[in-house]
Amino acid sequence: MRHLSRIAAILLRQFYLIRGSPPRLLPIFVWAGVDIVLWGFITRFLNEVTPSGLNFIPMLLGAVLLWDFFTRVMHGVTTTFLEDVWSRNFLNLFATPLSISEYLGGLVISSIVTSAIGLVVMFILASVIFGLSYFTYGLLLLPFLLVLFLSGIALGVLACGIVLRYGPAAEWFVWPIPAVLSPFAAVFYPLSVLPPWMRYFSHALPPSYVFESMRAILAGGPASGINLLGGSGLALLYILLASWYFTRVYRHAIRTGLIARYSAETAS
Amino acid sequence: MPIVRNKPNSCHWADREIGVPGRAESPKRVAVADGVGKTAIVRMDGPIYDLGMTIEQSGSAQAPSATKVLSLVNLCKRYGQTVAVDGVSFEVRRNEIVGLLGPNGAGKTTIINMILGILEPTAGTIHIEGLDIATQRGQALERTNFTAVYAPLPGNLTVYQNLRFFGLLYGVRNLAGRIDEVLEQFDIARFRHTKCGVLSSGEQTRVGLAKAMLNQPHLLLLDEPTASLDPASARDIRAKICAFAGQEGVGVLWTSHNMVEVEKVCDRVLFLSHGKILLEGDPKTLPREYGKETLEDLFITVANEPLTLGGNGA
Repeated sequence: MRHLSRIAAILLRQFYLIRGSPPRLLPIFVWAGVDIVLWGFITRFLNEVTPSGLNFIPMLLGAVLLWDFFTRVMHGVTTTFLEDVWSRNFLNLFATPLSISEYLGGLVISSIVTSAIGLVVMFILASVIFGLSYFTYGLLLLPFLLVLFLSGIALGVLACGIVLRYGPAAEWFVWPIPAVLSPFAAVFYPLSVLPPWMRYFSHALPPSYVFESMRAILAGGPASGINLLGGSGLALLYILLASWYFTRVYRHAIRTGLIARYSAETAS
Repeated sequence: MPIVRNKPNSCHWADREIGVPGRAESPKRVAVADGVGKTAIVRMDGPIYDLGMTIEQSGSAQAPSATKVLSLVNLCKRYGQTVAVDGVSFEVRRNEIVGLLGPNGAGKTTIINMILGILEPTAGTIHIEGLDIATQRGQALERTNFTAVYAPLPGNLTVYQNLRFFGLLYGVRNLAGRIDEVLEQFDIARFRHTKCGVLSSGEQTRVGLAKAMLNQPHLLLLDEPTASLDPASARDIRAKICAFAGQEGVGVLWTSHNMVEVEKVCDRVLFLSHGKILLEGDPKTLPREYGKETLEDLFITVANEPLTLGGNGA
């Protein structure tokens, strides 16, 4: 019961902050909405000028929607964590009975809520304005979302660990991580167009299995269940590794005194 | 006779409170030095009696854990070659306010951070009500709280939101009622829906104290709790803290650079210099025992000439 109370505290704090702050509320769905509108019109234009008859809406707009979901999940975790960085709250927070697993649990559940809101907004915009049909992907949409969700959580926790380790300025290193990964995740093109060295990295990224499967379905073929299962397993492994990394960084911060003087960025 | 501790790790003291617990008067204590054979001393407001019995015979060499709220044994913290805390041992008992004094950089905040579990000791142990902070951190911290001038509550939350947030983290029962109580207690009910960031530093101090007492801790750590308060507010806050500490089972560790305040509120003081406890005793009598007029004079001597305090009191 105490565990739930502490996780609820993290959620409640985030609710208080978002409720009273348009700069926190709007990014939950505005940037995702802008992306959908922008790419929606691009795909419409491509559909008009491309004589092949290929429908770009499920291919490109669907990919944008799924990638944005992944990014929102990651940002959901990191922004909740960064609230403690911005308000210099580590000392008060970590001097309470809160455990690391409870803290990470609070970050993840907070991310589930905010990313779900963003996802619903994207679903509505993409289907109502641009006619994206989710039946195109069938029930596989659920494992797609699951793999991307797990991957976003793993990356978010890793990013939190990086900020905790290298100080508040590392925040600027964290925001572009999804953009850096996107070429390797083969969001908009098949893996086969990548040079071999890039493909090695791609195979290590769970989202690449989602986008490959999505394209396979749109091409009329079957999606590889084994690949999706592998992607899920890989994402789960990354969550464990990211949690281990965060815990290790936290312990290092406790040992060196970094938690108590976090703004110094280094304990030495 | 003050307790002089100029030899690190040479002895560890275990004091046991006797008489009626409470804050109405300074508690009388049995002070027992371990590791020094037949030296067991009873100190009862003046006369010193050599009981002439070994620690084992006395049966009270180790104060019963029921009377201890905080117990530090041989606590050390090193940063590379720098020694911040060097073999510090002391206890805080129930219904006792202990002043941790020393110049800037003496190691006071380092000790508090280690007690709070946000800094790992290089060596030594910390027990809060018998719970090891290293292995039973959650349980130990449930009965602990703190406030410090350098750790204000998040300014982007209102007073109520902060208290609710921390109340959940500490697992406070009947939280809504308890929040109302501390808001009234610290005269901050009118700021209930005000963001902490826009409060004056004095008001923020009150909010910090409200948060520190929210879970009715058995161990309260106060790092310069009245540093940003005007004299009238400081006196009011001191009275509130003392009233809280008078509750059964509460022990307080208090750091301050205001020696008048320390003399008023503390039952016992520990003078820290270069990470070691140099002196320990009653703040009302300790200065005279060292030939000083005031506690502030003694503080300045500890800060500037600690080696001159190497012997017994003057």
